[in-house]
Amino acid sequence: MDIFLQQLINGLVLGSVYALVALGYTMVYGILELINFAHGEITMMGALVALAVIGALALAAPGLPGVLVLGAGLAVAIPVCVALGLVIERVAYRPLRNAPRLAPLITAIGVSIILQNVAMLIWGKQYIPFPAILPEGRHQVLGATVSDIQIAILVLAVLIMLALILVVQKTRLGRAMRATAQSRQVASLMGVDVNRVIAATFAIGSALAAVAGVMVSAYYGLAHYYMGFLLGLKAFSAAVLGGIGNLRGAMLGGLLLGLIESFGAGYIGDLTGGFLGSNYQDVFAFFVLIAVLVFRPSGLLGARLVERA
Amino acid sequence: MSAPKAGNLLSDRLDAELTPLLTVSGVSKAFGGLQALSGISLRVNAGEIFGLIGPNGAGKTTLFNALTGLYTIDRGEVRLGGLRLDGRKPHQVLQAGLARTFQNIRLFAEMTALENVLVGRHARTRSGVVGAVLRLPATRREEADSRAHAHALLQRVGIAQHAHRLARNLSYGDQRRLEIARALATEPTLLALDEPAAGMNPAERAALRELLLKLQADGVTLLLIEHDVKLVMGLCTRLAVLDYGVKIAEGTPDVVSRDPRVVAAYLGDEMP
Repeated sequence: MDIFLQQLINGLVLGSVYALVALGYTMVYGILELINFAHGEITMMGALVALAVIGALALAAPGLPGVLVLGAGLAVAIPVCVALGLVIERVAYRPLRNAPRLAPLITAIGVSIILQNVAMLIWGKQYIPFPAILPEGRHQVLGATVSDIQIAILVLAVLIMLALILVVQKTRLGRAMRATAQSRQVASLMGVDVNRVIAATFAIGSALAAVAGVMVSAYYGLAHYYMGFLLGLKAFSAAVLGGIGNLRGAMLGGLLLGLIESFGAGYIGDLTGGFLGSNYQDVFAFFVLIAVLVFRPSGLLGARLVERA
Repeated sequence: MSAPKAGNLLSDRLDAELTPLLTVSGVSKAFGGLQALSGISLRVNAGEIFGLIGPNGAGKTTLFNALTGLYTIDRGEVRLGGLRLDGRKPHQVLQAGLARTFQNIRLFAEMTALENVLVGRHARTRSGVVGAVLRLPATRREEADSRAHAHALLQRVGIAQHAHRLARNLSYGDQRRLEIARALATEPTLLALDEPAAGMNPAERAALRELLLKLQADGVTLLLIEHDVKLVMGLCTRLAVLDYGVKIAEGTPDVVSRDPRVVAAYLGDEMP
């Protein structure tokens, strides 16, 4: 029972991070039908920029409370990622808006490789440890252990997702986004500046990615230039699992993927009689992706990408 | 404005009625080898219901698309009030005061009727995400105003009871009304309607006619593409007739309907 609960908690925490990243994929896909493969790298950039700020602050002012230092890291990482997302959209995607679908897909992969290399040049190839600035509190819940960091990640992620649903459902920008997703042409004829809406979509997705990047590096205690690749691929799988283009789908897909991975890692040893160990957990994400694509190509919550929320 | 002398009252009134709102001069548009519009010029005066008629493929919808910034025109000039419209993007044309509906209904099908109208409010509102998330008073006030305005518009076109139904679940006639409400939400000075009566039954047509007259009375100038000749002749103050991308006549319904070239375009040329 305690192992079950432990894996449930771990899975939810991991899944909420996947969900945040998956939202970035699904929002952009919903509006442009473009898979922004550079999105995982934006997550990585968010983590590394925040870590640079946190590391510098931890050195310069060792007495500062950890939460403040973390806040400062986020306060720099979010605008940097937003700017990065906006520049990528402007330079690599907008000129190709009316090009065949494959063209922006290729530039997306290109941008992602460029970002990896830029990060490698700046921060090197080594793993960068997350400074021990956060409280290491652990709580026992029915035999399972929950850390303060896990609680913070889960609470923050849920709050952000609720805010996003509110924005998309209830606000002027959200309506413009949904209208643009249904028809870019009609939206523009009704007075929506479609380019601004698309830019706003990239900005929001990139801000979520920055937060998710910081969460991941805080959770695992490290970051490096290649972390965005696997994280991005998994989050993309989560978006497809939930039904790409659909906001709630991305949230559900992210949580499910986190749980599947966590339970997979926890029980694979028992199930295979010790033949496979928990280091095979990554396989699950892609096993699930293949299974979903075979049995339900439109994802769990369907392909009604125009609905999006 | 100073009070006019009694004797000038009538001519002043006529002058006011003849203020040009939309001026189209020499507009041409070709698609490859096909000359879809050739040097179209016309003038829509403020307060008019101006009809645009012509056989299928005459270029009526092409002209609409050119006016609303969907197509860039090859030659010519479009002005609304004093403002150049040609070369602007669709959302800028709308901002300038020209809104439209579509021949084949193009609502946001997965949004409610009310939300469709609220999208029309987009160009006339300002608030951003930050205000919405922080629930700033100014943002909340603007949102409440928008909703009240949108409700009033649904009422005006007679579908207030369907405010919270998805657009795709509305009846055909109600979808047409919703398109008009959405366009009105943008506060247009000129409303361009592309075959608003298409597919409507006689009762719906009569209601549409009432609605258009009501809009005219409220000061909206209307530009109307329509195939229903009876509706056009009864409703429009003036008409222009297009055929093969060329304007072949312009004038009051009486004059236009007697024009031999119009008769020929509609009934086919007879050998002289």
